[in-house]
Amino acid sequence: MTTSLLATDVHEGDALPPLSYDVSATTIVLGALAARDWRPMHHDHDFAVNRNGTQDIFMNTPNQAAWFERYLTDWSGPKGRLGRMRFRMRGSVFPGDTMVLQGTVRSVTQDDSGCAWATVDVDLTVDGDVKTSCHATIALPSSPDDNPWARTGPTWTP
Amino acid sequence: MTVTGAAAESDELPADVAALIGEVQYEIEGEFPVERGYVWTTCSSVENGNPLFWDDAVAEEITGGPIAPPTMLSVWFRPHHWAPGRTEQALPLQVHFDLKARFDLPEAVMTDNTIVFHEPVRPGDRLHTHQILRSVSEPKTTKLGTGRFWVIDVEYFNQRDQLVGVESYTGFGYRRAEGEA
Repeated sequence: MTTSLLATDVHEGDALPPLSYDVSATTIVLGALAARDWRPMHHDHDFAVNRNGTQDIFMNTPNQAAWFERYLTDWSGPKGRLGRMRFRMRGSVFPGDTMVLQGTVRSVTQDDSGCAWATVDVDLTVDGDVKTSCHATIALPSSPDDNPWARTGPTWTP
Repeated sequence: MTVTGAAAESDELPADVAALIGEVQYEIEGEFPVERGYVWTTCSSVENGNPLFWDDAVAEEITGGPIAPPTMLSVWFRPHHWAPGRTEQALPLQVHFDLKARFDLPEAVMTDNTIVFHEPVRPGDRLHTHQILRSVSEPKTTKLGTGRFWVIDVEYFNQRDQLVGVESYTGFGYRRAEGEA
């Protein structure tokens, strides 16, 4: 994955390849602990069900962010640089779910500093129901010599 | 101080809470430097094979050396579950927990999260942060229960005081409806 997508390769309406993943209790607990999130609803079934009123332990927000990042940079390659992500949680992701991430390019633009941006909407669904929606902007190289990671200060305005 | 009963459900925002809106609170330095162990554990948890995090030669070429995944910003501020001399468990996003206590709302969920990424975070960085309460809603009833929504910004800086990111959280603190406990 050392090759990177160029902004010129990307167009409004492009569909990103879907990612399907079978979520287990290990997925939830590993993700929570990787994020240093010790709250019991992410590892204690009894607490989640009897205190929080949810059907099981569920995936935490920082780990969902990590899934979205992985999904977007799988597509862009390593020169893709995230500028902004906004997510809305509509439902929870539980052990036993098969989650699917599916993204669509909404726009490709260039800012005043010459940085090329792709805006991508990604839905995380389970059985077709949107559990989390993510609206992301990611900087892509505008040519083979361009590198968004070299931008700083006034040339990086996410 | 906790507000209970009718006061908790009043549409009017208590003056002490209104006074906190826009104020910088909880200026905190991370309990440990940014380190690669957590980078690898996080990448492993989502099967992220981006070579920026696994191949030092690629990281050197593209980012001038190893970096942490941008979405790990909040990880560097989540306190140890226990530490010597600590009598109470420290809580991340303290303003969120302050509001839960202030309005006597035992449950809470995060509904929206926006992250803006600035300078890259690198292993060895010592980050510091503060929290700013942006808004608190009037009481609302959802399928979870009755409570209030609030928006909190968390701004993150490195040891050179460069902005590395801003997170905005929308939380909903609530009390479950009677009979659903």
